[in-house]
Amino acid sequence: MTAYFLQRLIQSIAVLLAVSVVVFFAVYGIGDPIELLVPPQASAAERLALIKRLGLDQPVWHQYFTFLGNALSGNLGTSFVHGVPVVSLILGRLPATLELVLLSMITAAVVSVPLGLYAGLNPDSRPARFIMAGTVIGFSLPSFWKGMMLVLLFSVWLGWLPTAGRGETVAFLGLQTSLFTWDGLEHLILPTLNLAIPNTVLMVRLIAAGASEATTQDYVKFARAKGIPRRRIVNRHILRNILIPVVTVVGIEFGSLVAFSTITETVFSWPGMGKLLIDSIYQLDRPVVVAYVMLTTLLFVGVNLIVDVLYAALDPRVKLSGGMT
Amino acid sequence: MSKPGLPVPSIPASADTPLRRRVLKAIRNRPTMRGAAVLLGVLVLLALLAPFIAPQNPYDLASLNMMDNRLPPGAAAMGGATYWLGTDAQGRDMVSAILYGLRTSLLVGLLSTGGAMLIGITAGLFAAQIGGAVDALIMRIVDFMLGFPSILVALVLLASVGRGIDKVILAIIVVQWAQYARLMRASALVERRKEYIEAAVNFGLPTRHIMLAHLLPNSVGAVLVVSTISVASAITLEATLSFLGVGVPVTQPSLGLLIANGFEYLLSGEYWIAVFPGIALVLLIVSLNFVGDRLRRSFNVRAST
Repeated sequence: MTAYFLQRLIQSIAVLLAVSVVVFFAVYGIGDPIELLVPPQASAAERLALIKRLGLDQPVWHQYFTFLGNALSGNLGTSFVHGVPVVSLILGRLPATLELVLLSMITAAVVSVPLGLYAGLNPDSRPARFIMAGTVIGFSLPSFWKGMMLVLLFSVWLGWLPTAGRGETVAFLGLQTSLFTWDGLEHLILPTLNLAIPNTVLMVRLIAAGASEATTQDYVKFARAKGIPRRRIVNRHILRNILIPVVTVVGIEFGSLVAFSTITETVFSWPGMGKLLIDSIYQLDRPVVVAYVMLTTLLFVGVNLIVDVLYAALDPRVKLSGGMT
Repeated sequence: MSKPGLPVPSIPASADTPLRRRVLKAIRNRPTMRGAAVLLGVLVLLALLAPFIAPQNPYDLASLNMMDNRLPPGAAAMGGATYWLGTDAQGRDMVSAILYGLRTSLLVGLLSTGGAMLIGITAGLFAAQIGGAVDALIMRIVDFMLGFPSILVALVLLASVGRGIDKVILAIIVVQWAQYARLMRASALVERRKEYIEAAVNFGLPTRHIMLAHLLPNSVGAVLVVSTISVASAITLEATLSFLGVGVPVTQPSLGLLIANGFEYLLSGEYWIAVFPGIALVLLIVSLNFVGDRLRRSFNVRAST
């Protein structure tokens, strides 16, 4: 287990280093870093000062290590627009995004397990066909379009829910959250629903496929021959075996949920990291974009590492075969 | 995708007959499939014929009448014609805007998928044929690319190069080629173990000939089959990028940009500016996905992502 963990840790660090090289060359190599990092209205003296401070008169490898060193000590630059260090700017928006992402993951799990199990265990029934056709449509529709239709239906036409924004928040464990006010919850419903749809669809399909495959397996036949009640077979035997791939996918999808939240946050004007990214792109606030890439990569690599280690803990075969690439 | 109604590119002669028969069979046997294929054909035809059937040229500012802006569906124009789907904020006829938008969306989807396939097939073929360090290098790059969500990579890429049809196509190629490379390598590796390749090698045929004349035509089928779904995801990606404001330029709006333009009016109840282009986009993507999903299942190709 330790050897496996170390091996995965080294791989993760390698990926992070690769991304840092790509980002470094995109910002400092291809583009003119002065162009990217100095605000357009800066004076000539300010430019010179920045060149010296960034060490742009140094050789390239030296510049890279300076960049890396700064990044490791948490310094990814200062926002042109907001005038504060970008890392703290992005981390300040993190709670809003995490709230949305975690809530939508829970929603997806709660909805998809019963639907997927039903569709997988009764594949020829009418509701199962309906569920599976629904997944194709849910999968096909672009996320921003689903969000807009939710707004049109529930906010504009029915007038039940607010169209945009985060609503009232209260501090909980030092973080601002909208989970404990009625106004906050009202604002959360549509964005959460919109963000949950792709994952719900994916999990329903995975669980359905897993459940229908499991019914033909020997361990299920044996359990039935032993006279174990159907409900217990499903809950104790089938569900457990299906959950391994589901956990993996949920973990991997956590990263893409953060990415997809960019779209949902834009549609619903949700003040999270994704909205910040889009706003920064519009305002040409490059340091924020660069820092967003580095922090998201860190998040991705970290989550993948955790998922792989969990996976190894759940399924002993993984360790023996040296892990999945 | 060249001919409407037959949503698969032509296949090299060696694999032609059985493949084409299976494609047609896959389409014919299912009523929903036939519906989706016909719908797709109609949409492609509408996009191709847009300049001839659109009531108005939406790019020609002279033909727009600002007095006609934001009219509801069915309203009469100043000139006496009828705006069946209403007009947008610039007084553009929505029917014409959608027909031209369909053209832009399909163009971006097809060109980017074509480009990504070309690069992916080449990389996958080389990885499978040469093996060793080249294979390891290519596949590490592929793993690396597939580790990140395509929307994020394309978004950040376009944020640094700016908007434009060519740039969107390039960004989609960058995020999509890796999945083709992985699929192509897998199917070429299977093919390489077969006896006819061994015979060709022992026969002393040049490696280049074996790759192009034997390996390529026999292993490219899997990639072509998933291409239909990939066109749909390329169109979705383009629409999303345009919606976020980093996609196609305002002068040549795709369906995604038309939807984005209508978004602000949606909140005040002027739904048609965003909803009708949205319906066109959804029909296009859903029909592509239905046809693609069916094709993929009838050839038993597992999607790589």
